[in-house]
Amino acid sequence: MNIETTAKTESHVKHLASAWSNGQGVQPITELDPDISIDEAYQVQLHTINRYLQNGKRITGKKIGLTSKAVQEMLGVGEPDYGHLLDDMHVENKGTVPFNRVLQPKIEGELAFILKEDLVGPNVTSLDVLKATDVIVPAIEIVDSRIKDWKITLADTVADNASSGLYVLGETFKKPANLDIKQIGMALYKNGELQNTGVGAAALGDPAKCVAWLANKLANYGITLKAGEVILSGALSAMVEAKPGDHFYVKFAELGSVEVSFSE
Amino acid sequence: MVTKMDTHLIKELANYTHGAEKEKREITKITADLYPELSIEEAYLVQEELVRQKLEEGKKIVGPKMGITSEAKMKQMNVDDPIYGYVFDYMVVNEGDSISISDYIHPKVEPEIGFVLSRDLEGPNVTALDVLAATEYVFPAIEIIDSRYENFNFTLPDVIADNTSAAGAVFGTTLKRPDNLELDVVGVTLSINGEIQALGAGAAVLGHPANSVARLANMLAKKGEKVIAGEPILTGGLTAAVMLSPGDFVNVKVGGIGDVSFFVKE
Repeated sequence: MNIETTAKTESHVKHLASAWSNGQGVQPITELDPDISIDEAYQVQLHTINRYLQNGKRITGKKIGLTSKAVQEMLGVGEPDYGHLLDDMHVENKGTVPFNRVLQPKIEGELAFILKEDLVGPNVTSLDVLKATDVIVPAIEIVDSRIKDWKITLADTVADNASSGLYVLGETFKKPANLDIKQIGMALYKNGELQNTGVGAAALGDPAKCVAWLANKLANYGITLKAGEVILSGALSAMVEAKPGDHFYVKFAELGSVEVSFSE
Repeated sequence: MVTKMDTHLIKELANYTHGAEKEKREITKITADLYPELSIEEAYLVQEELVRQKLEEGKKIVGPKMGITSEAKMKQMNVDDPIYGYVFDYMVVNEGDSISISDYIHPKVEPEIGFVLSRDLEGPNVTALDVLAATEYVFPAIEIIDSRYENFNFTLPDVIADNTSAAGAVFGTTLKRPDNLELDVVGVTLSINGEIQALGAGAAVLGHPANSVARLANMLAKKGEKVIAGEPILTGGLTAAVMLSPGDFVNVKVGGIGDVSFFVKE
């Protein structure tokens, strides 16, 4: 990167960070910098994550976003995106999230892959992913956007750590060999009312395929998926808005349930 | 039951929808101008007459089917109850067989979970637990719906009077006992030519497919009927319905139960 793009990247990093200091979403980056490329947007994300790491935070895994056909069509993209999970994003199952930890949160039910071996792209297949996976865990992802009113394009969400917020892991897990991951069904309830249902295949037809995509994508940036990392493989249904006081319960076939609440 | 309809009008309306089915042509909904005040109770009288006509023609009831079983659809149509109709012998398509699209008006498919009971269930007050205790097995199914109304444009009484759009049923042959299944979270995909068109999980039907059978038993009790052991019961669409075209290979997978397919020809 030349000096000019580095300065631009730093300015975008600060712009996104200002959402936290102001307690509200900011103007889309693509309005400030209409020509920003997806690669430049990933640089903004990586710089942001580096800042966090310098402050003592630790990477716990990755998340894959934009894995449903409907969302890809909505944003006019042909592939998913990814973001980083940090240790302070993890919320205990049945925990309560203070509402000042989030800006405009939404809830998704997902399958998380916990790796037992490194996955190094390119040419990683779904089968490689399953072989490198220790266990599958049910998860709630609390997605959040630092962009005002979620007015995002692909570059905006990529720069904003793929709209990552927090994540909750369930306490039931299974070896992938004993699961038909594609057909695991899911029901998402808000305050006791069914919001929607989904199934593993909602994530690009196969959640393992999403993880393979990620391993291969990361190879472009010289990054490896490490043993022990948590990979959130993509939403199984449409995301649901969370308000203060809301309680979410997500039930998965064969994997139990995950719960989270938000403070008033 | 209070109705202003005489038997003549009931027959006329049954002839109207039944005739459209036999001649494979679209009709304007009954409530448009033929009989705008058609109530739900009256619509079931029309359905009963339509069923009677079919039985008289020598056709046989295979089993009941449920409709409007998603909370979203019930809210959208502003009703508290799902609806029911009947699958007849001539509607059954064998797994792996082909249908000819010209035998229908504008067919769509929905993935469903089918139930077969080991004993009769008689309402009122039948619960989902009663249903599960009386269930011999469940199976994956595809329902072919083909409203006789133009553009699937109908009110609730209209669709009841049209035997709830019943047109076809493909029953899967992987039968599973419900004991070890969590039917509210079995995952469902509907694919056409290998591409997923719709997906969901069991809870999409009234929170749990067994609730659908319970509601059926309780609705039938109002007219002194029950859900009969051995009959395949279609519990309602688990996803939005998907349009069919010639050349389609339709496959429905239900997690933990199995899958079912058929082909569509010209």
